[in-house]
Amino acid sequence: MALWTLFGLSSGKATTTWPAGDDADGQDGLLGMPRYNPQACDEGCRICAEVCPTHAIEAHDDKLSVDYGRCVICQLCTEACPTGAMTPSNDWAFGVRDREDLVWASGGAPTAAPGGTGKRAFFRSLHVRHVDAGSCNGCESELQALNNPFYNLHRLGIFFTPSPRFADLLLVTGPVTRPMFEPLLAAYQAMPEPRWVMAVGTCAVSGGIPGGNYACATGLEGILPVDLYLPGCPPNPAAIIDALLIFLDRAPQRVSGGRVRD
Amino acid sequence: MIGTRIRSVTAETLATEARALRDTGGRMQFAYAWSPNGDDIEVRYVAALPERKDFETWLLRAGNEVPSLAHIWPLLGWYEREMMDLSGIRFAGHPEPHPLVLREGAPSRGNGQDFLKHPPVDGGHHLPIIDAKDIQRLPFGPIRADVVESAEFTFFYVGEHILHYQPRLFFKHRGMETCFNGRLPSDAVVVAERVSGVGTVGHALAFCEAVERAAGCDVPVRARALRVLLAELERLYNHLHYLGHLCSTTTLKVGEAQGKLLEERAKQLNARLTGSRFLRSMLAPGGLRRDLAPDKWLGDALEALRKEVIAYVDRLEASESYLDRLITTGPLPKRVAFDQGATGPVERASGLDRDLRRDHPYALYDELPVTVTTLEEGDAYARERVRIAEIEAAFDLCQRVLFRLEPGPIRTDGVAPPLSEGLGWSEGPRGSLFYAVHIGGDGTLARVKIKSPSFSNWRAFPLTVHDSNMMDYAINEASFGLTIAGCDR
Repeated sequence: MALWTLFGLSSGKATTTWPAGDDADGQDGLLGMPRYNPQACDEGCRICAEVCPTHAIEAHDDKLSVDYGRCVICQLCTEACPTGAMTPSNDWAFGVRDREDLVWASGGAPTAAPGGTGKRAFFRSLHVRHVDAGSCNGCESELQALNNPFYNLHRLGIFFTPSPRFADLLLVTGPVTRPMFEPLLAAYQAMPEPRWVMAVGTCAVSGGIPGGNYACATGLEGILPVDLYLPGCPPNPAAIIDALLIFLDRAPQRVSGGRVRD
Repeated sequence: MIGTRIRSVTAETLATEARALRDTGGRMQFAYAWSPNGDDIEVRYVAALPERKDFETWLLRAGNEVPSLAHIWPLLGWYEREMMDLSGIRFAGHPEPHPLVLREGAPSRGNGQDFLKHPPVDGGHHLPIIDAKDIQRLPFGPIRADVVESAEFTFFYVGEHILHYQPRLFFKHRGMETCFNGRLPSDAVVVAERVSGVGTVGHALAFCEAVERAAGCDVPVRARALRVLLAELERLYNHLHYLGHLCSTTTLKVGEAQGKLLEERAKQLNARLTGSRFLRSMLAPGGLRRDLAPDKWLGDALEALRKEVIAYVDRLEASESYLDRLITTGPLPKRVAFDQGATGPVERASGLDRDLRRDHPYALYDELPVTVTTLEEGDAYARERVRIAEIEAAFDLCQRVLFRLEPGPIRTDGVAPPLSEGLGWSEGPRGSLFYAVHIGGDGTLARVKIKSPSFSNWRAFPLTVHDSNMMDYAINEASFGLTIAGCDR
């Protein structure tokens, strides 16, 4: 007979205290969004725009536009860039309230949209209904990890709920495939108000790799009103926690104008 | 096609050839269609012959109608239905000629952005007509409880007893095969890596092998060794997830927590080694995108993880409540596993001794001892034990690779010439994976066919659910370790 309870007690606590305490976030070495440094950019060079598989980087009139809402973190631009204008980074926490904040903008002052109102009652008890609208299962794998002992999402008062009728937040992954369109809308309509929507993963934000082909829409844009965008391919569990806390106004939004402002 | 010998067949000889393949101990792998010059459709059947390390491809220049082989090779039933949906061929005499991948009335070409203006059609899904007293029908999904992938399951049951079970998949069909079209082979690994998130390395590896065979390039030894390391690390975190999930379905709570914690440790190792918890952005046709420096820390970390996994498995083996739920649950007979094309740990637990790593070696597997574990029982417990044996073998393979790793180049140049083609394969955590790659006249990809392991195993799974009971369903499903993204593509 295995003494599981004794084993569990004797192994001690596996849960990180992050983001509140000093514990590690468990994301050592993880690569996030490439950092864009226009000063290092060679005029007229379009190599990064040519290798980008999702048109997150596009060249217009010798200027680049960089949209992190389309980035799938493939790192091809950082490998192709000859001048170091695109460099690998650990900037994986990219949750924003306003889609525009994912687009790189020159200009210095942070313009992060202020937190929403009316969420006070959900501060320490948020119920989330997840809908897979055609993901590659990468986002699901990381969402499932939120309930493993290391992250233990429950400690933050955030719970996944089976029924949309008990849900405050609809968390959607995937580019929205044709057959998932109707069930997705039905789940949203079944939610009581106030209700919010979070787009998790680059597919849900902008369609990702398959977005806009014969089988898929381009994410939630134009389908549901989105209150929080979290690009990533997939976003790691700590990024999802960070984004949920930004949504609840329990953590500041650190990304605006397409970069992390500290 | 390199990696496979091509042979022309005709519609008249097709059935004879298919029977001969079956009677000589060969095995059909998969079939797909493509149009080399826009109009004429070719159907290709890929088969494994006994004692041969390469494969055989039958090429059938099809009109609009081809005789169905589903009565000789039942596993072809789904491939034929997929071709009927996406390529417009008819398979005469098909036992289930209704749509599989698409919904009835859904156009296969259209603008996905107009969903609000033109809502997609939700067609019927061909449930059997069961008209008898006391039989209840339970539709479940496509949005189901818990954080899971989308699919709809229908149960016909009386009390606890399931009479008939029908999964309806392809809610997540993303048209991934067409996402390759028009891209250069060197740029398309990013697509293969996103077909099935938890199968990133397996998909990328099979795709790269296919392109490399088309290009005729030899991958440097160091890259081949590191590919084995990445593939085995993928097997590790997937199988550890599987054990935690299996404990969850048998309500062994501490066992679930420990299994998922071990999976998390494995994913954190992946991130530390490659920058990605799913081992993404590493593979490229010709080798690796960048070198890895798995210094002593990786070997030490893997050894520490191995010790914890062994202690964990010992505790599972001593948990009667857990074992009681697995033993005799969801048996898959060997014959059914073969006929329906079950693959990976599922077929090996039903007594089929096949593993692409040993039988058709790729990467560096021909220079490494690959232990293939098979069991005869075919129940949930056998599937669990096969996976546990594969975890131990994966630790061993990782350490051997780290031990023999020599400095050297990690990438070779090689361009697949226009109008070339190649077949690539790998044995992922869930079973056999194939990529058939066709290069067009301009050097970009013209057609990529993905054969994923879950497409095969989802076909076999329902046959273990009919005539079983509700309490065993979740355990049985978990014991198959299926993904839906890989199946639906």
